[in-house]
Amino acid sequence: MVLEEPIPPLSLKSGPDKLLHMNNEDVILKINEFLTEEFEVDPGKITPAASLKETLDLDSLDYIDLVVVVESNFGFKVKPEDFTGIVNFQDFYDYVIRRVNAKELA
Amino acid sequence: MNRVVITGTGIYSCLGKNLDEVRESLYQGKSGIVFDPARKEFGYRSALTGFVERPNLKGLLDRRARVMLPEQGEYAYMATIEALKNAGIDQDYIDSKEVGILYGNDSCAEPVIHGIDVMREKKDTMLVGSGSVFQTMNSTVTMNLATIFKLRGINFTVSAACASGSHAIGLGYHFIKSGLQECVICGGAQEVNKYSMGNFDALSAFSVRETEPAKASRPFDRDRDGLIPSGGAATVIVESLASAQKRGAPIIAEILGYGFSSNGGHISNPTVDGPVRALTMALKDANLLAKEVAYINAHATSTPAGDASEARAIDQVFGESLPYVSSTKSMTGHECWMAGASEIVYSTLMMQNGFIAPNINFENPDDDSAKLNIVKSTINKEFEIFLSNSFGFGGTNSSLIVKKWT
Repeated sequence: MVLEEPIPPLSLKSGPDKLLHMNNEDVILKINEFLTEEFEVDPGKITPAASLKETLDLDSLDYIDLVVVVESNFGFKVKPEDFTGIVNFQDFYDYVIRRVNAKELA
Repeated sequence: MNRVVITGTGIYSCLGKNLDEVRESLYQGKSGIVFDPARKEFGYRSALTGFVERPNLKGLLDRRARVMLPEQGEYAYMATIEALKNAGIDQDYIDSKEVGILYGNDSCAEPVIHGIDVMREKKDTMLVGSGSVFQTMNSTVTMNLATIFKLRGINFTVSAACASGSHAIGLGYHFIKSGLQECVICGGAQEVNKYSMGNFDALSAFSVRETEPAKASRPFDRDRDGLIPSGGAATVIVESLASAQKRGAPIIAEILGYGFSSNGGHISNPTVDGPVRALTMALKDANLLAKEVAYINAHATSTPAGDASEARAIDQVFGESLPYVSSTKSMTGHECWMAGASEIVYSTLMMQNGFIAPNINFENPDDDSAKLNIVKSTINKEFEIFLSNSFGFGGTNSSLIVKKWT
């Protein structure tokens, strides 16, 4: 027997999509999409006022994975201390949008 | 001293994803070896490997548990679920006792490479994610399974090359025999990804009979040309007889003896004396005569030197009684860290179901294997006692003797 499909090669997560000209709604949609995927939560539970930590059931290790998914989707690294000001999803959206815009200007 | 029994087994290998599938493959003499083109592209001399499909654990384990598990940990989880179920052990029992875990594992190549690749590219360690450190340590299987099943007894990994799984069971046997533990989840796990075996391939140890994957692993055969790497996981629930009887567990077999030795020689070249001492010690521990062992599941991996040395050792210790001998690696390839545990599961399946699985591809003996009673095709035969050999790099040897529970 010959394997029909080779074992997929190990690859780093694909780099960030083209971020230029992404409007705020696109950023929010993208965030919701990868959070739903990564943390396996019901998309209906993600609302701007909902608690990020409680909704995603984040423990100290999960924050590291949150840093990883943001980096792989948007190409910048969340500093762990930045999470102190992020309570609900709106805070998180605002933070990411600010960083995305800062990156575009850079 | 406590008597030590096996109350459950579980298997996830290239011969099947559970005991039923594996029993059937063993009986049919079915090979689990394939040609993997990706290995050729990666620079392997031999692209032959056992083929094991990764389980889909979504829905079985939460995200946090899955993020921590490397490939061989997934196999170990599947095998352990099956073994616990067969042993009649549920979470309530685990919560009320100090159940331990001793599992063989001796590499975590893929997560190590993946993690280092990320660090090299990103220049930032955090971007390897939270699971990397838990996936890359040799103790990954025991740390993960102990967490998933909330185990509270002995908890460590045995790294002893290709004898890891066998020594794990031998140690579990001793922990129970001495009364330190009542029940220990033992086993062995082996990753199959292409990153895990490149450096072994580098030694020209693998068969290059790439046009005939199912015929490439041919332990003891005159025309063997090397082993074939393989993997998966096997779990054996080892328990004191008193504990098993008290909870009305289904007792499958009794572990009668464990023999071990170190060659005191070359790092990869085998000896005859090392295995002879392990075999002799196992018989003595079991208080058995050589002629009482009906079947030997040989370590024989299909390498010219290794098989010859083992054949001489078996002949030296068991010569006159001519027990049946087969190497299930003829079907599975070499399951390395897992092999010592999986071969206990395979042999136990044979013993429970009254047959001896064949040493497939054994067509012509050489001078050493001609002296053994090697099983060429499946024999329907009830038997009561088997011995399983496992040897590893560095000259580590382990022999276990198991008797059917009647």
